[in-house]
Amino acid sequence: MSVVHPVATVANGGAPGSTGGDGTNHKLDVSIWRGGKNGRFVSYGITLRESQTVLDVVTYIQRHVDSTLSYRFSCRVGMCGSCAMTVNGVSRWTCRTHVSEVVKDGRLEIAPLSGLEVVKDLSVDMTGFFEKWTRAKGAFVPGPGPSRDFAVVSPDSPQRRKVDAAIECIGCGVCYAACDVVSWNDDYLGPAALNRAWTLYNDVRDAGNDKRLAAVAGNVGCLSCHSQQSCVKWCPKHLNPTASIAGLKRATVKAALAGRL
Amino acid sequence: MAKPVARRNCRNHSNYWAFAVHRISGVVLVLYLPVHFYVIGLAIKSEAALQSFFSLAENPLVRLAETILIITFVIHVTGGLRLLLIEFLAWRDWQKTVIAVSGGISLAVGLVFLFNVF
Repeated sequence: MSVVHPVATVANGGAPGSTGGDGTNHKLDVSIWRGGKNGRFVSYGITLRESQTVLDVVTYIQRHVDSTLSYRFSCRVGMCGSCAMTVNGVSRWTCRTHVSEVVKDGRLEIAPLSGLEVVKDLSVDMTGFFEKWTRAKGAFVPGPGPSRDFAVVSPDSPQRRKVDAAIECIGCGVCYAACDVVSWNDDYLGPAALNRAWTLYNDVRDAGNDKRLAAVAGNVGCLSCHSQQSCVKWCPKHLNPTASIAGLKRATVKAALAGRL
Repeated sequence: MAKPVARRNCRNHSNYWAFAVHRISGVVLVLYLPVHFYVIGLAIKSEAALQSFFSLAENPLVRLAETILIITFVIHVTGGLRLLLIEFLAWRDWQKTVIAVSGGISLAVGLVFLFNVF
């Protein structure tokens, strides 16, 4: 069900600077999910501005049209990972997504991330997402005894390179929301948590790999991944969780063959 | 679990399509298996029964169906090999190439079969 917001349709009609790239006014029809999981889309008509991001649009509507709109953001520059939403059917970080890249026929549909409980409007409860990082043993485990000196890890070592390739995750949840397996299996740890486990698996200082491999093997872990690669396709940091998960699959097979799993 | 609201377009990329084709070809092959076992069962029953069934294969429509079956089978095999490459070799960014090669092999085998039966 979709309704047109009665105030929004006349809002920002002649705001200064409200022009498209060619100097003409461009109306944007924005449908935003309102309410909880049984909510509905509400339409807002606003004027598209030059170089506007999707987060700018949501912020404009919240500040000038309907102050009861709930959403989450923090840094606005692609570092914190808190502003991810579903935009025209695709999970995206909204602060670095320009409207011009994703608008279709003058329409934007903005919904909360999939696979997570909707708190209200565009805000989702990320608790389940981060609990799965814990379940995947996504915390560093120090070795026995106090360390006497800094660990020396060569940037060129194969393990450090594997960590480098996967470490820049900002925890935005885009991969998690885009993954079919997450939607099929509530307990599946998801691409981000498994990617985190892979970085620690390759950390030469870490001493928790036996428990970590046991945690990420099996039906809720890496062996459930179908390599659909929606996580790779949509990761805003251009990481490759499927490659990390494939690494975990090989590691679990090796551990099982060696009788350690 | 919240109801997935609107992530419908996340799936529109080549690797997802490769997954979908692999899954559908697998389902088709499973549905075909009872026919396969039935025909093998005929051989145990009597030679005449088997030959009588084979005479159906003279029908061009049956030959066409066989060709589609062969293509489905090769699609599933090459799709499975593609997954093994992804998951058991060190990662390479050659995914689209592997998908294209899988599709190409499937069509080529199907065409060879088609030329042989007609």
